[in-house]
Amino acid sequence: MCALCGVLGGKGHWSDSASAPAVFAGRTEPQTRLRERQGRTRLLNTVLKHHGVVVKDWSGSSYLLTGLTGRTAIVDNIGDLWGAAERLTGRTIDPLDEQYLATLANHQD
Amino acid sequence: MANYGDLTPVNIITGFLGSGKTTLLQRLLRSPDLSEVAVLVNEFGEVGLDHHLLQNVAESTLLLENGCLCCAVRGDLQKALRDLLSRRTRKEIPHFRRVVIETSGLADPAPIAYTLLSEAILRHHFRLSGIITTVDAVNGATQLDRFVESVKQASMADRLVVTKTDLADEPSLAALRKRLRSLNISAQILESSEIGGDVHRLLTDDIYDAAGKFREAGHWVAEEVGEHASHTHTADVQSFAAVFDRPLDWTAFGVWASMLLHRHGADVLRLKGLLNVAGVPTPVLINGVQHIVHPPSHLEEWPDADRRSRLIFIVRGLQRARIERSLAVFNDLVNASATSGRDQRSGPTSVSPLRESA
Repeated sequence: MCALCGVLGGKGHWSDSASAPAVFAGRTEPQTRLRERQGRTRLLNTVLKHHGVVVKDWSGSSYLLTGLTGRTAIVDNIGDLWGAAERLTGRTIDPLDEQYLATLANHQD
Repeated sequence: MANYGDLTPVNIITGFLGSGKTTLLQRLLRSPDLSEVAVLVNEFGEVGLDHHLLQNVAESTLLLENGCLCCAVRGDLQKALRDLLSRRTRKEIPHFRRVVIETSGLADPAPIAYTLLSEAILRHHFRLSGIITTVDAVNGATQLDRFVESVKQASMADRLVVTKTDLADEPSLAALRKRLRSLNISAQILESSEIGGDVHRLLTDDIYDAAGKFREAGHWVAEEVGEHASHTHTADVQSFAAVFDRPLDWTAFGVWASMLLHRHGADVLRLKGLLNVAGVPTPVLINGVQHIVHPPSHLEEWPDADRRSRLIFIVRGLQRARIERSLAVFNDLVNASATSGRDQRSGPTSVSPLRESA
């Protein structure tokens, strides 16, 4: 638990390198947990941009999602994130949806 | 949390009614190579089991709020495993280093896997090892045609053990093997008469076992792992291996796979992969059952000179081409932001469009 804000430590997810340190121990370039989370948050914002959801890393332990109406949700990991994003937007998020893929493929930073 | 590979492995022996699960379990328990094992059975069948750590569990499933059947917690199993753990800690029962669960003939293995990985206490003490499915050589094909439970049990297996082979003729046996291969390209197909009670090939080899993970991963990249599709009256199951020429970005893969499994996990029966991850010199192994993915594992070296990533999907009603295109798009997103963004130094190698396996 964070002593300052009382946030419980987030539930881990298999995609966190920290869940299997031995697997990623031989990385050719250094990778910190924070840097990995920054990269993931950046990608999450790209894929959720078209659903009107903004993602922020919250205390390095959770993700804070904000919808277009200002509604927010906090999730522990990306396994829980998609359901929360769908509840915020009222729409399903489907990586196999052709239209969605076309939008992502034409994405420009 | 302890190293995932150090947790007590749990094997599931499943298979349709009368397919020889208990006979196989009997053989395994007689093997001198198998010691310190606890056995949980769903029902006591006609074939008696004599084992000092044998417990019967009644089948009850607690459906979770989202209503997804594969993400249901098996309340009976949860209680039985907690009880075993507690009694082992208090030294009330002999020490055990492995648990084998024999399911009922109509059971779905997915909730068992979900219970192990999601339950607050169990996930710190147990891990899923191989799923072994027995298939009756005489009645197996009919059961696959008529019962969706049978198709699911075969599709989710790590080992398919064909039983009663002495009662079947060679052509029908060959047809059954072909059928099983079409449902599940990554499982080893073994015959009970030849395998006997070989503990290593049946139980202990998995991607978290230090001694067996190299052998296990070898089956995932075997030549026979090509494209197979099965369209039956009961299930539209497709099994295929997608091959990537260039390294994958781990973050993109994690985001993509978690989104895919959130939306379509009920139809992704298995997801296995030997991945070449950008910046990681050794192959990364992933292993998923429906909505559940285990922490990754790795091999100390590549099994052969081929450095391409190989992802095995066993899916129901999903289009292969769309899955491949979707992953390629997500990888390109990371690639694009890496080359246009501030951190080009660590940017992953671009991922070429997916190539079909040979």
